[in-house]
Amino acid sequence: MTEAATTDVDPHAGTLEALTKVLGGATLETVRFRDNLRVFLKSDQLLPALVALKSELAFQLIEIGGIDYLAYPGRASGSSRFEVHYVLLNQDSHERLILKVGVEESRPSLPSVVAHWIGADWMEREIFDMFGISFEGHPDLRRILMPEEFTAFPLRKDYPLRGRGERHNFPRLTRDES
Amino acid sequence: MPANLLDEPEIESEHKEYHWTLNFGPQHPATHTTLRLVLELDGERIVKATPDIGYLHSGFEKLGEHLNFNQYVTIVDRKNYISPPMNEVAWHNAVEKLLDIELTRRCQYIRVIIGELSRISDHLLCVGAAALDLGAFTAFLFCFNQRELINDVYEEMSGYRFHPGYTRVGGVLHDFNDRVITKVRAVIASLPKALLDTEKLVYRNKIFLNRTRGIGILTRDDALSLCSTGPIARASGVIYDLRKDEPYLAYPDFDFQVPYATEGDCYARFQVRLEEIYQSLKIVEQAIENLPSGPVNVPIAEKFPVPDKGTTYNSMEGLIQHFELIMPNRGMESPVNEVYAAIESPNGELGYYLVSDGSQTAWRTRTRPPSFINFQVFPHVIKDHLIADIGAILGSLNIIAAELDR
Amino acid sequence: MALGVPTSGGPGSPLVNPTGSIAGLKPEGAVEVPEGTILTRLQDAATWGVNYSRKNSLWPMPFATACCGIELMAVGASRFDIARFGAEVMRFSPRQCDLMIVAGRVAMKMMPVLQRIWLQMPEPKWCISMGACASTGGIFDTYAVVQGIDRFLPVDIYIPGCPPRPEQILRAIMDLQAKIQKGGSTFGKNGLPELQEREKMLLEKQMLPAGLALAEERGDEARYGYRLPGGAGLVGRDETK
Repeated sequence: MTEAATTDVDPHAGTLEALTKVLGGATLETVRFRDNLRVFLKSDQLLPALVALKSELAFQLIEIGGIDYLAYPGRASGSSRFEVHYVLLNQDSHERLILKVGVEESRPSLPSVVAHWIGADWMEREIFDMFGISFEGHPDLRRILMPEEFTAFPLRKDYPLRGRGERHNFPRLTRDES
Repeated sequence: MPANLLDEPEIESEHKEYHWTLNFGPQHPATHTTLRLVLELDGERIVKATPDIGYLHSGFEKLGEHLNFNQYVTIVDRKNYISPPMNEVAWHNAVEKLLDIELTRRCQYIRVIIGELSRISDHLLCVGAAALDLGAFTAFLFCFNQRELINDVYEEMSGYRFHPGYTRVGGVLHDFNDRVITKVRAVIASLPKALLDTEKLVYRNKIFLNRTRGIGILTRDDALSLCSTGPIARASGVIYDLRKDEPYLAYPDFDFQVPYATEGDCYARFQVRLEEIYQSLKIVEQAIENLPSGPVNVPIAEKFPVPDKGTTYNSMEGLIQHFELIMPNRGMESPVNEVYAAIESPNGELGYYLVSDGSQTAWRTRTRPPSFINFQVFPHVIKDHLIADIGAILGSLNIIAAELDR
Repeated sequence: MALGVPTSGGPGSPLVNPTGSIAGLKPEGAVEVPEGTILTRLQDAATWGVNYSRKNSLWPMPFATACCGIELMAVGASRFDIARFGAEVMRFSPRQCDLMIVAGRVAMKMMPVLQRIWLQMPEPKWCISMGACASTGGIFDTYAVVQGIDRFLPVDIYIPGCPPRPEQILRAIMDLQAKIQKGGSTFGKNGLPELQEREKMLLEKQMLPAGLALAEERGDEARYGYRLPGGAGLVGRDETK
């Protein structure tokens, strides 16, 4: 496992250059760790970046996931509570790219990418279900894993592992009744 | 039966009152485990299928935030429960990427062997159970008999026949001994004949062919747009296999091929799976014959592996290391960072997005579950098919409910 | 079988003639019982026969949700072969079945489905809770998993293991057969006596106000030394508010 940053040729150089051009020349905030490259974007930069990566650089979406950074050690104050990551893969050059977008707790909302990848449908619904982040433009944003009547967002850090007693909330069938 | 063989769809949207709704599942034999479909039907033709999942949601990802890197292996085992070792390999692959551990050659080979054995058992169950659903009971018996032999290998190496819980950070639970290798050889010896029998029952079975050929066609563009990976994508012509294209563990050492098809129907998916069994068998054969000697765990000086019993009881370093790892207020240290690492599981790319807060417990263990993402294919390919085709298509997608719902 | 013999009491009581005198004095009108003959009531013989038939032709309804379901399939396959115990006719329609095998964890969303399936099964019916998850929640002590189906359903046999070995499933079938032969079914109050205490306890817990029942359960966990790894944290702190 060599770190990408230490090799002579940066496999991501071309992609980063193209991405910078698409986003109007602003300097991109990037982090390299092991062989991952993470690019931090603002929520209004997300759609243009993803569209350009898909149409010009032939990237495919692999996965979308959410993370709650409530009380994460070393987290700068003022940074957003949630982050959503988009893992992209170029199947020709085997290049992987991780886009990260911060989501504020006060306005948990992001643009949906279902119009570009149908496969984003359920992954966005899952993030909505688990973190309460809504996706604008999603055709069918409902809970996917939890029951409809569930009110909390279980993967948020302030929700307890064992829940708040929802799992005990059923009628009991006795031998006499059944 | 595909739509073009039916009478023309005489009822269009203006006659929607003719459509009726059928609930399918969540407890139905064709779903194998638990998933629910709400079908909108025009006669027996499916106009629209809306999957309703979550009937087995058990909070895997939340548990990952409370169990340490070694403990969580018991949970990931239960994620794709028909190929547990592959989940372990994937999980510790991500952890070791985070901790920057270079495994020993022997450990890499051992992980390749258990991973490929589990891929074989996964594909066997997929084909066998699909054959059972399509009316070929005997193929199911052949496939399950071979699965029992693979379970014997698990039992010999870890003591447990179903969920071995075998990998550890920087190594494995016990080294392979001669008895394990004998059992692996027994699998290699008996599998080709069973496969041949199964193939005869499947490929030359008129009912099976009629019910899978031309059914549930997934085009290449759709496969890419639906983010699907693994055998499902490869049966549609998306030729991408992480073992070849982004090699991990010891895969560059082995000679194997990536089977693919371009038809994209159920039959092609079964073909790809059966062919992958042969390729996996080839890998296991090469790996077991060339199994390197040497230690299986990384040296305990690296502070990550749990030392084995002999080292713990007989050496001071081993005892200290064991104490450090096991006591609740201690444990290994990890960088405060995040990493995405993926491997090729039997159903496609199984990745972990692992965020660490510096302790030995992950802050967040986001799984990229191949079954979950591949199941989105279903509502697209089922359109204009008959109810009877649901069994064939679900069987070919090989949806594992625990991985689907986590 | 000598039919028409006047008896009183259960099948185990001594043969007594209608006049109340002891058998052996042979009053007038009594019948000589030949050697090697069993005397019983028609009703008892019929019950025995019915139970014998029932126990050897169980029709399981495999409510297979997770890993245990795969082991259940393995029991049905050739190496273990559940057909040796007459329970191989797996039917996926609850209306045809008399044995429900709950194999795997039951999530919150699934529990109403499970209860409906149980209600749809005709009497007499039995329930096997297979595996740690179905019996207690197992390793999945999380927000979404029901902590043991016996909180909401009557259960006859529990199988430990995660998942249980196929031999354990066969053993459970044999135990259930013994139970059926003795006439214990889930209807009426004929549940296993050793399970009645637990059922009573669970029922009492159900009657408590929601927060209180939960708090008591937490107390149980503290008493048995059960705790989450990683020490006290955010987890569960606000549960008992």
